[in-house]
Amino acid sequence: MNLHISKDKSLEPARKPFLKKLLSSRLTFSLVILLIVVVQNIITTPTFFRITITNGLISGYIPDILDEASLLVIVSLGMTLVIAATGGVDISVGSIMAIAASFCGLMLNGPEYRTDVYHSPYFLALLVGLLGGALCGAFNGFLVAGLKLQPMIATLILFTAGRSIAKQITHGQTIYIMNPTFKYLGVQIPGVPVRTTIIVSFVMILIVVLFTKLTSLGLYVQSVGINGASSRLVGLNARVIKFMVFVISGVLAGAAGLVGSSSLGSVNSGELGLNLEMDAILAVALGGNLLSGGKFSIAGTVIGAYTIQAITTTLYAMNVRADQLNVFKALIIIVIIVANSDVFKERIRKLTGKVVRKNVSVGG
Amino acid sequence: MKDDRKTTLPGQGLWIKRKGLSNTGILLLITITLFVLLYAMSLILFKDSNFAKFSVFFNLFNNKAYLLMLALGLTVVIITGSIDISVGGVTGLVSMVIATMLMDGRTNAWWTIPVSVAIGLAFGIVQGYLIAYLEIQPFIVTLSGMFFARGMICVINASSVPITDEQFMSWSSAKLYIPFLYNERRNGTRDVAYLTPAAIVAIVILIILIITLKKTKFGRSLYAIGGNPQSALLMGINVRRTRFLAHVLCGLLAGVGGFLYTLFAPSGNPGNGYGYEIDAISSSVIGGAMLTGGIGLPIGTLFGVLINALIERVVPLLGIVDASWPRIITSAFLFAFVVLQSVFSNAGMKGGFKLLLPGWMKGKVKMELKETVKS
Amino acid sequence: MDSVNQNQTPSLIMTGIGKSFPGVRALNGVDFKLRRGEIHALMGENGAGKSTLVKVLTGVYPLDEGTIELDGTPVSIRSTQDAQRLGISTVYQEVNLCGNLTVAENLFLGREPRSLGLIDWKAMNRKAAELLQELNIIAEPTVQLDSYSIAVQQMIAIARAVNTDCKFLILDEPTSSLDTDEVKKLFTLMRQLKEKGVGIIFITHFLEQVYEICDRITVLRNGELVGEYEVEKLPRLELVTKMMGKELENLSDLSSSKDQLHTDEEPLLEARELSSGTSKIAPFDLKIHKGEVVGFAGLLGSGRSELVRALYGADKAVQGQLFVKGKSVKIKKPLDAIKKGMAYLPEDRKVDGIFADLSVRENIIIALQAKHGLKRMTRREMEKYADEYIKLLNIKTASMETPIKSLSGGNQQKVILARWLLTHPEFMILDEPTRGIDVGTKTEIQKLILKLAAEGMSVAFISAEIDEMLRTCSRIVVMRDRRKVGELTQSEMNQSTIMRTIAGEGGQ
Repeated sequence: MNLHISKDKSLEPARKPFLKKLLSSRLTFSLVILLIVVVQNIITTPTFFRITITNGLISGYIPDILDEASLLVIVSLGMTLVIAATGGVDISVGSIMAIAASFCGLMLNGPEYRTDVYHSPYFLALLVGLLGGALCGAFNGFLVAGLKLQPMIATLILFTAGRSIAKQITHGQTIYIMNPTFKYLGVQIPGVPVRTTIIVSFVMILIVVLFTKLTSLGLYVQSVGINGASSRLVGLNARVIKFMVFVISGVLAGAAGLVGSSSLGSVNSGELGLNLEMDAILAVALGGNLLSGGKFSIAGTVIGAYTIQAITTTLYAMNVRADQLNVFKALIIIVIIVANSDVFKERIRKLTGKVVRKNVSVGG
Repeated sequence: MKDDRKTTLPGQGLWIKRKGLSNTGILLLITITLFVLLYAMSLILFKDSNFAKFSVFFNLFNNKAYLLMLALGLTVVIITGSIDISVGGVTGLVSMVIATMLMDGRTNAWWTIPVSVAIGLAFGIVQGYLIAYLEIQPFIVTLSGMFFARGMICVINASSVPITDEQFMSWSSAKLYIPFLYNERRNGTRDVAYLTPAAIVAIVILIILIITLKKTKFGRSLYAIGGNPQSALLMGINVRRTRFLAHVLCGLLAGVGGFLYTLFAPSGNPGNGYGYEIDAISSSVIGGAMLTGGIGLPIGTLFGVLINALIERVVPLLGIVDASWPRIITSAFLFAFVVLQSVFSNAGMKGGFKLLLPGWMKGKVKMELKETVKS
Repeated sequence: MDSVNQNQTPSLIMTGIGKSFPGVRALNGVDFKLRRGEIHALMGENGAGKSTLVKVLTGVYPLDEGTIELDGTPVSIRSTQDAQRLGISTVYQEVNLCGNLTVAENLFLGREPRSLGLIDWKAMNRKAAELLQELNIIAEPTVQLDSYSIAVQQMIAIARAVNTDCKFLILDEPTSSLDTDEVKKLFTLMRQLKEKGVGIIFITHFLEQVYEICDRITVLRNGELVGEYEVEKLPRLELVTKMMGKELENLSDLSSSKDQLHTDEEPLLEARELSSGTSKIAPFDLKIHKGEVVGFAGLLGSGRSELVRALYGADKAVQGQLFVKGKSVKIKKPLDAIKKGMAYLPEDRKVDGIFADLSVRENIIIALQAKHGLKRMTRREMEKYADEYIKLLNIKTASMETPIKSLSGGNQQKVILARWLLTHPEFMILDEPTRGIDVGTKTEIQKLILKLAAEGMSVAFISAEIDEMLRTCSRIVVMRDRRKVGELTQSEMNQSTIMRTIAGEGGQ
């Protein structure tokens, strides 16, 4: 419907004062939350800033959080892109972690379930693991881009079946990789004082940022997420872009799986990355990214991931159990989605509008 | 003169039309035939397993009375074009709550009935509100509901709680014998078929639902909003309220189902109800409900449940011990039926085969009146 | 055309109807009268106010000013139920019935016959059969609705509307999806209702149909009443001019003054029997030469946007043949068209054009960037281009990093224009490029088009304003009722000829 506009309003926004700009930025929102959590932790943990060197590794409260959050950070990077391009979520990331780790473990251990001898070259096994992740991502991408399934439903398949598949890859058992070099990736490379997980997570952040900013992929992902119709008309192939983000998410989840299994020295398909998808979604949302897609901020997601990790650690310290935690997280997700829903926003607007209107006299 | 009975509407395909037999009719026929076939095969293949006995046949009803409740609730929701995957979690939650209530004789067993119903209603009302009035996608709402329920189970009690309450156990083991349906056993005694209270409750509710769906305004509204919510709105139906009530009804039936399940397996286990939503959905779809909405019959769901029960009974006899296989097979049937339904809808259309998927899978559950009159 | 009704007093009288929305005066002092047993067309171009008037009548919007009288009694319509109760029913363009329910159910949904509190199916089927027979609709009550063609479904929708004791029936674009035979059947039904004394409001864009079945026409323009006319007394040409806001006597013979065109050369673009699967335009032939500006004239809904979109591959499944510089090409999606040197400025910039949250810079470079695939343009390049075009087109924005959604509509349009100019296309499609833009900018854009054409760019130009097209185009393609009905060369181009071609040669 095209109503005749009687006036052509040429409004240009005046240059926003810096403070106002800062306040309305989405990044600020996530920084504030992180700040609150950090302050709370500082108050309750007197040793918050203490850093020591134990067994040749930098330890302390802060390094521990960075370490524990590393898997979440890696997975959240992929989740950010999926949400940005499609407005939907990839809930298969946990399962993909297990599948990738299983492939790697299978290559390394061969037919044995507990050995310290590598049956294949280490780096080849890592590569196969990553390829496994890519393959899973391609499967998801095909369902979403090709069959036009909603992302949550498409990734539901691997979410339910993935871990069973992973288990079958390792002959139905948890396998133990006893070779000490296996732990380099997830724990520590001898001589390097920083935990490898932290290094890997930072490297991944760097790779993703460079990839999205140095190529036009970041711009395309945002365009497709903001307006699919316009994207097509300017010559973008939305389907290919959506396919690609799922593959990327798969590779990143695969990497997280390799790191995760390395830190434990074993591949346990039932446990690896369990419930990580919920945390990843929360991390992206807390990072100020709209769950409906469009513009995204990697920095925001990273902040969000560390925030979630800090909250989780705090709650565990207060003796909250993992399954109870799920209840809270499920509630938080619902709250975020409700707050983002159009109908809800409409109602709030009407409510606040009503309050304002009461003060205005009714004219003729 | 053009044959006005054939349609070439895009996306509609050609339903083979016969006098009196609609699409729904054909699907129902297929379901019933399938059940009869499977039962006949079981009779022939497993001569020793007593399939010919009345009691065995009736036990299919008895053992799966709870599933019938869950599946009927799902059918109602599927007809409206929506979905509810929290019913398994609700079942588990209800059984854990009952078990905890009856621990150490704290409460009178009669209280478990209203509590079960209340729990189911609570889930139905909250989820229904979020889905119908705030227009949030049903999949994510009910998925969160499921997580929430499963989480709450552990919060109440992380380990198994057996039920020992006398009153409750007497309900659980009660049997209503049907005197004229019996078989002679080898040692001369009679093996008489019986119905449990659970089965009776289930059958009564089934009959009520059949009448409601066929003969009340509410029932027909369900079909209307499932077929075309936009049109239903313009035809004067309160789409939001109807969808809300559908979810409330599903929640209610899940609560009842949880109660009946606890009668069947009197103990509160954290793993109870796991995967029951899949069974409920399979039963509905195999029974003829289309995930795309607007089509489905309660009586079909009954046969879907019976097929589910039969598969569960037969699979161990084939020597497959793993407990997850019956569900895998039923899921395969589910997939086959979805494909079959798509085939029927696409028959006669050029452009090959297109898998028909419901709106909630593709991300739309729209209830708003769009701009229909252009200026 | 039954002359008996002509002298009747109107039963439905709407007087001085006014309706405003924030920032917009949708209806201003509109009168409308409908008689029993009359088929009355409601016509108007973009923004005329047709839909708003109907919504006021059917209770979707409350009116701000004015009165509505039914059979001499003033009535207040504040909800759709009110309208229903007063006997006003509507049948919409998309058949608003439920395909999964039976015919009988659709006829009675919400008012099913009951016995003992429950629905009486036997009675419902019986009543349905009676109703269908009465209206000569060939359909069985117990059959699922979507077994029937759209035409039949529509008639069932009308039957439902009529069944509610309806005095006035509003048909909103009922013939858009029907073929010629089906339209005939619909008209038979409408005449039947007319006999019964039902007053019918017929909203349509199809000129021919109006003249075939209607008794009177009311024309709206820009929210105001232009006039009410008897069909017999209104020649087609007059109707068209009234809809487009020109007075016949005042139509100047303002012709264009372009240089002679190289029409003997091979065309840049040639379409043969081209159409797209989704839109309903008749397959068309078209030639476009280098440096030509081709205008597309026609009433709203005549299919102009669909035609140019077919050239661009914007809608799926294009049929027919397209030749670029003499070579046959297959254009299945916009990227194919862009690679062949085409560009497309869509009609609805909010839906098809802008990326709301992205900056002005990003919106400008995106099409050129898409041509380069994954290789990203450097920041400096992007800023250079953005700066260039912001200056060239005088785009008012705080900075090139401002999100485009903060700009005014006119400036947003300029950004999209910049986007396409940046790709240096050989053929540019402009669909209503100056809509919603101030006069000064309009002239700028028109001058720009002429300049580009002189430099060798071909342009397809759709506009609702004929003056604009006369000033810039060297040839005008005319469309009516979804088909191309004529082409006017330079010498033939003037306002009255254009109107005449739109209306259909032969006046009456």
